[in-house]
Amino acid sequence: MVEPRMKVQGLKAWFGSSIALRDIDLDIADKQVTAIIGPSGCGKSTFVRCLNRMHEVTPNARAEGKVLLDGKDIYDPAVNPVALRRYVGMVFQKPNPFPTMSIRENVLAGLTLLGTRAKDESGLVERSLRQAALWEEVRGGLDRPGVSLSGGQQQRLCIARALAMEPEVLLMDEPCSALDPIATAKVEELILELRRRYTIVIVTHNMQQAQRVADTTAFFYMGSLVEHAATTKIFGNPTERRTADYVSGRFG
Amino acid sequence: MSRLYTVDAQAVAAERAFRAIAILALVLPLCLLALLFGGTLIDGFSRLSFDFLSGFPSRRPEEAGILPALAGTMALMLLTAAMAIPVGVGAAIYLEEYAPPGKITTLIEVNIRNLAGVPSIIYGLLGLEVFVRSLQMDRSLIAGACTLALLLLPMVVMASREALRTVPRMYREAAWALGAEKWTGIRRVVLPMCLPGILTGVILSLARAIGETAPLITLGALTYVSFLPTSLKSAFTALPIQIFNWTSRPQAGFHVAAAAGIVVLLTMMLLLNATAIVLRMRLQKKVTW
Ligand SMILES: Nc1ncnc2c1ncn2[C@@H]1O[C@H](COP(=O)(O)OP(=O)(O)OP(=O)(O)O)[C@@H](O)[C@H]1O
Ligand SMILES: [Mg+2]
Repeated sequence: MVEPRMKVQGLKAWFGSSIALRDIDLDIADKQVTAIIGPSGCGKSTFVRCLNRMHEVTPNARAEGKVLLDGKDIYDPAVNPVALRRYVGMVFQKPNPFPTMSIRENVLAGLTLLGTRAKDESGLVERSLRQAALWEEVRGGLDRPGVSLSGGQQQRLCIARALAMEPEVLLMDEPCSALDPIATAKVEELILELRRRYTIVIVTHNMQQAQRVADTTAFFYMGSLVEHAATTKIFGNPTERRTADYVSGRFG
Repeated sequence: MSRLYTVDAQAVAAERAFRAIAILALVLPLCLLALLFGGTLIDGFSRLSFDFLSGFPSRRPEEAGILPALAGTMALMLLTAAMAIPVGVGAAIYLEEYAPPGKITTLIEVNIRNLAGVPSIIYGLLGLEVFVRSLQMDRSLIAGACTLALLLLPMVVMASREALRTVPRMYREAAWALGAEKWTGIRRVVLPMCLPGILTGVILSLARAIGETAPLITLGALTYVSFLPTSLKSAFTALPIQIFNWTSRPQAGFHVAAAAGIVVLLTMMLLLNATAIVLRMRLQKKVTW
């Protein structure tokens, strides 16, 4: 077993007074892909948003418990959530490149927002776009608006934007749900490539996708973690009855 | 299948009637506006000249010019904008992005909305008491600008909030998820996205404010000024005041001058509105989402 990069211990999360996550314990292995599956509303997005402390930016939302990143609790009061988010990058469900920025500016947006500049901007732009498998398609027009790209390209641009910050962990919340099958295949290929360098957590509704990209899969149900195991086990021979029902499509 | 071919005559008639009413509602005010502008233009045409724009008021109507009023209005506009825009946009950003949702915020919101509806003469009375008397600004340019800025403020706040609200939350979250401080995200991502909206709203409110007469009269802006404002403490007049003054004179020649003044004022407002439209189109060509 690979040493976990993140350890979630007794994580609870609320929206106002309604609880969205109950006591989650989960290890996220280094340089592997962890898939989060479960029926709509079971807390998948809430869970990944707790991993970079984005949950708490929602008004009245709060979280409790421990999330260790390399052994340090990110919920420690001394931790600055803003700084943490540079180490734990995030890709959202809907592609959201900044509309006022060009492709190049979008890739560099993280640094611009920090008020710093890279030493070698063109190099960083090219490297990030290559890692996001977008370079060949956009190299001729880096000054075009980011929103002039197709949906699938926009999503890869968002991935490049996250990668340019050189995060330790990359969170992806249904990154393919707004994409067609071809764009989806591209992003999946990309995830398998990125897995060599990054620790990835991906939320998905697509069972095939989880099986194609994930090393381990966690099944959530009504705010609780039901089962977390190797993807082959979750889909082949799960321990829990509810997991078996869900992955075979009997509910959810 | 025969149902496919039946025509509900009543529905068609209702549809036509509604269209007619809608078109009428659009065309009628436009016609009235054109009529008004055209009529004024004809009345004042004989006085519209460079001399009129660059002349000082006079007891002889055919020599009376509008320069001090024009300069006063321009100065008022700049000062008012310089005061109301930073404060108004700042307040909008606070209310929209920072204020915790709750009773106090709602109370503030409701009050701003109400303030935007307060008759402008009330602002004049407030300005008279606060700026002219208590703060001893006298009947000066700065007192007028402060009063107009108060009048403008609620409109700027509302227009800016409206514009901020058009930026979907996901862009703010995208910025924060990259490790941006809240303010940096707002300044670098949200504000550039809604700048066209804010500018349009602000310019349109400004165009309304410079046409205001009542608060300036209440303040006691002079109606006969034969010099240009030289400092913030200068006495001043403004276009609407000058026009009001001329229309209340018995001589017909002053009425012609008033008509010419109205044309100047309306042209200024139309120019401002056109600027707003052009700015929005230019900025939006760069910004599409
Ligand atoms: N902004 C919010 N305010 C209040 N409740 C929320 C909010 N967002 C989510 N919830 C609630 O929290 C619970 C978990 O939501 P979450 O978005 O994490 O589900 P999910 O598993 O990601 O669902 P989906 O698959 O539909 O994306 C749900 O019951 C939902 O209604
Ligand atoms: Mg979700």
